[in-house]
Amino acid sequence: MSMAADKPPGAATFCLGLVRRQLTLAARRPIEIGNPLLFFAMVVALFPLGLGPAPDKLAGFAPGILWIIALLSSLLTSDTVFRSDFEDGSLEQLLLAPQPLFLSVLAYIVAHWLITGFLLALISPLFAVMISLPAGAIGTLMASLLLGTAVLSLVGGIGAALTVGLKRGGMLISLLILPFYMPVLIFGSAAVQSAVIGVPAGPYLAILGAMLCLAIALAPFAIATGLRISVDA
Amino acid sequence: MWSFFHKLGSPPWLYRIAGSILRWLLPITLLALCVGLVWGLLFTAPDFRQGNSYRIIYIHVPAAVVALAGYYVMAIAGAVSLIWKMKMADVAMRACAPIGAALTFIALVTGSIWGKPTWGTWWVWDARITSMLILLFLYLGVVALYEAYDNKEAAGKACAVLSLVGTVNIPIIYKSVDWWYSLHQPASIKFTGESSIDPSMLYPLLLMITAFYALFTCCLLMNMRADILDRESRTGWVKKLALEYRA
Repeated sequence: MSMAADKPPGAATFCLGLVRRQLTLAARRPIEIGNPLLFFAMVVALFPLGLGPAPDKLAGFAPGILWIIALLSSLLTSDTVFRSDFEDGSLEQLLLAPQPLFLSVLAYIVAHWLITGFLLALISPLFAVMISLPAGAIGTLMASLLLGTAVLSLVGGIGAALTVGLKRGGMLISLLILPFYMPVLIFGSAAVQSAVIGVPAGPYLAILGAMLCLAIALAPFAIATGLRISVDA
Repeated sequence: MWSFFHKLGSPPWLYRIAGSILRWLLPITLLALCVGLVWGLLFTAPDFRQGNSYRIIYIHVPAAVVALAGYYVMAIAGAVSLIWKMKMADVAMRACAPIGAALTFIALVTGSIWGKPTWGTWWVWDARITSMLILLFLYLGVVALYEAYDNKEAAGKACAVLSLVGTVNIPIIYKSVDWWYSLHQPASIKFTGESSIDPSMLYPLLLMITAFYALFTCCLLMNMRADILDRESRTGWVKKLALEYRA
């Protein structure tokens, strides 16, 4: 055994390792990455079917539609953040690890955001064009999704941590965290809306950024506490 | 002071003291509610613009005020139970959620009953109404989370975390809903509310608000007593109490 095996890795190395592990796990099951994107595409297709295909009508609703779908796909995936690790016991090992839990849960959330919100933001221009969002608003849409989905992942992590020990957590997590998603929805869609009508979207993006700062600072505490409760129960 | 704090953690002591508080608080509350209702509904002058329909504020406003305050009571009780591991704070927190949800629901229903004759519609996506609706969801989330856990101790802790997260979020939600409303303000609906309220209408309203606070406290204590009995049902003092009751 080398000396390195006796000394626990530093928090930064540990967290990077965790992010890499989560990403590798996701890459081994590409369908898990593809599902939220596919969901996004399918729900986008529902709106013209439900509202009628008139482009001008769709364009008016597009910012809200895109944001609501992003919110739903983030919601549906957040249930799985800790579940498999809870079931195979590696979450317990994480709680016992000497590294601060605050940072390790942040690593989980970062990995979750990279494979859901980040990818969603990257391919959102495609869907934006499909429901006739004006081209000028696409940059703002991507920026607002990048900031906003990160907040959604952090808040969703709280719900996931509190419900991970429950067998029937799926529906419950929506009830718990949807109210907390509403401010993000308001400012996210307002940013895109103002880009559509040609008003500067900067203030809304700044507020989303402020929410993200607050969520990064506080949500990991709640997630860590939630995980301890769920593992103890 | 400290001995009082320690006694608060004892279920039988809390059960007894809650009982003796209820013995005088409950009649006073019921009396205040009756007086306030009769005074507000029968003996105040009708509003010059809204006529008699405004009288629903004697139920609507107190319910809304206490529903908001109830969330903070719940969150503070949750914080106490997380920080000092006080079981009785946990009981108090749990007891708040259904009462708060009921009051929020009453506020929403009475609001929409008032809205029909005044605004001509049952429901408007107004900032305050939307905020109250979200508050109802927050309360129901706590209730649902508590019911989902089999282990009630863990359920209490999980709900405490959730209500604390809610406390951080409530100002953000309220501010953002306000902002959202000023962006999308519909032109067709105007508030008729006057900036000042006549003292003859204000006093019964204040009485009703106080009565609703007292009602909240009564419901909280009754709920807590029931919960304490449920949790402690295997202990000697509860069995003794049950035997005394039967005798």
